[in-house]
Amino acid sequence: MGDTMTLPHVTTASPPSTTRHAPLIADAVRETLLRIAHVEKTYATKDGQAIHALKDVNLDIGKGEFISIVGPSGCGKTTLLKILAGILRRSSGDIAMQGRDLNGPSRELGVVFQAPVLLPWRTVLQNVMVPVEVQKRERASFEQRARQLLAMVGLTGFENKYPTELSGGMQQRVGICRALVHDPSFLLMDEPFGALDAMTREQMNEELQRIWTESRKTVLLVTHSIPEAVYLADRVVVMTPRPGRIVDIIPVDLPRPRTLAMHNTPEFGRFVARIRAHFNSTGSLD
Amino acid sequence: MKVDDRLHRFTQAVLLPLATLCLFIGGWEALVRGLDISQIVLPSPSAIAFAFSDGLLSGDFTWHLAVTMYEVLAGFILGAAAGLVLGFLIALVPLAERILYPYIVAFQTVPKVAIAPIMVIWFGYGVTSKIVITATIAFFPLLANTIMGLRATPHDQIEMLVSYTASRWQVFTMVRLKQALPYIFVGLDVAIVLSVIGAIVGEFVGAKAGLGYLILQKNFNLDMAGTFAILIILSLIGVGLHAIVSWAQRRIVFWIDTAGDRVMGA
Repeated sequence: MGDTMTLPHVTTASPPSTTRHAPLIADAVRETLLRIAHVEKTYATKDGQAIHALKDVNLDIGKGEFISIVGPSGCGKTTLLKILAGILRRSSGDIAMQGRDLNGPSRELGVVFQAPVLLPWRTVLQNVMVPVEVQKRERASFEQRARQLLAMVGLTGFENKYPTELSGGMQQRVGICRALVHDPSFLLMDEPFGALDAMTREQMNEELQRIWTESRKTVLLVTHSIPEAVYLADRVVVMTPRPGRIVDIIPVDLPRPRTLAMHNTPEFGRFVARIRAHFNSTGSLD
Repeated sequence: MKVDDRLHRFTQAVLLPLATLCLFIGGWEALVRGLDISQIVLPSPSAIAFAFSDGLLSGDFTWHLAVTMYEVLAGFILGAAAGLVLGFLIALVPLAERILYPYIVAFQTVPKVAIAPIMVIWFGYGVTSKIVITATIAFFPLLANTIMGLRATPHDQIEMLVSYTASRWQVFTMVRLKQALPYIFVGLDVAIVLSVIGAIVGEFVGAKAGLGYLILQKNFNLDMAGTFAILIILSLIGVGLHAIVSWAQRRIVFWIDTAGDRVMGA
């Protein structure tokens, strides 16, 4: 991705604002967008056993904040994301978005899934337009926006191609454009880069940081890559399984914009080590 | 594409099968002539070709062909439409499944050939009984494939749409219907070929016209060359109708290149 590509309504790749430099200070004054309080989720298996997928999850997410959730498989991170996305019901607890109860899907959300989940009979542009169609928004102006988003992720010229003609990384970028097309304030991402190779993944991390910086969205990223979580997040939420719960929330005060080279700095390493320490007792991440 | 490539593909797709056919027919002709086999037992290809062109040119076949085609198409359309409608009903209304499905399966286990005589008694020797028999045969592939297709939508596609606040109706029109189409086309393909069999079986049981009726007549007159000529017409009908369905399938379900190879139904 070239550095020249910017969000449509931002004229230059603007230097990060002061709040981005000091997320810790900003946290205190930041308005809460989403409040998760005492959320529980219990599944019943076929033989009648109850599985405690989420236990007393509490988290306040500030407006414009980037949150990463890390944890091994089965820690409930995807369950939490699906509850927030409104495609899974919580067993108990409260979730409020800007003070209003969030129970079910919301037009203010954009979701990026583990797989791109593109519809094979729709072109790239038509796929990006799915939320606009579903929400019956005004097509013409949003189509303009869809094209700009595709340009931002370097997919100009692919608007009329079908998903099968695209590589995995390109498909996932289309999925990100789809999540952003209706201009939601809150972006939920469920291991969006898990299926990509390491090189593409780092590139997508950089791209996501740029999108976030330019669009000022609130982002909740579920991942099982600790470096990815640290690289992107203002705060890293650490979850452990059986029962799925939050064991630590670690503010990451590395300066922004972050570069891939930062992965090799001692500060970065300390964050990674501090997160990893939580899993040494419970086993590996995967 | 390079000229060499195209030539190679042409050889593979057209010339080789054609060569096989020529060899087969030539061998057949030589066998019949060489061993002096009676035309009543096995007619030679040349005799069949003569009967074929004679039947077509004299207009002997035309009326019977028209009758059979009418039975095949009317029965196919009726049966397929009924299968489609009931398939939607059963896939979408759980109550309909509980009420109807056991009886539909029970009905399907009855060989349609066995009920053909009843149909002829009920609906007479005309085309109606053949249309009904054909419809009962074309019905089930559509029913089974429609139900399966409507249930084949990957869960992640539904979740994706729901997360963007899609209603049940939107999920149905934007995804489930589309996902059902490849299955429905497999059903159509199976049903159209079975429809030809249905019409012929109906005519065998009792008819006044049609290619099946004509086969019985030719057989009765020991006109084996004529019988073979009609068999050729029947297989041409089957191939032609299959080609039409395949063509429509490729255009409508364009995102799957060979649904017929990948999806099994009925």
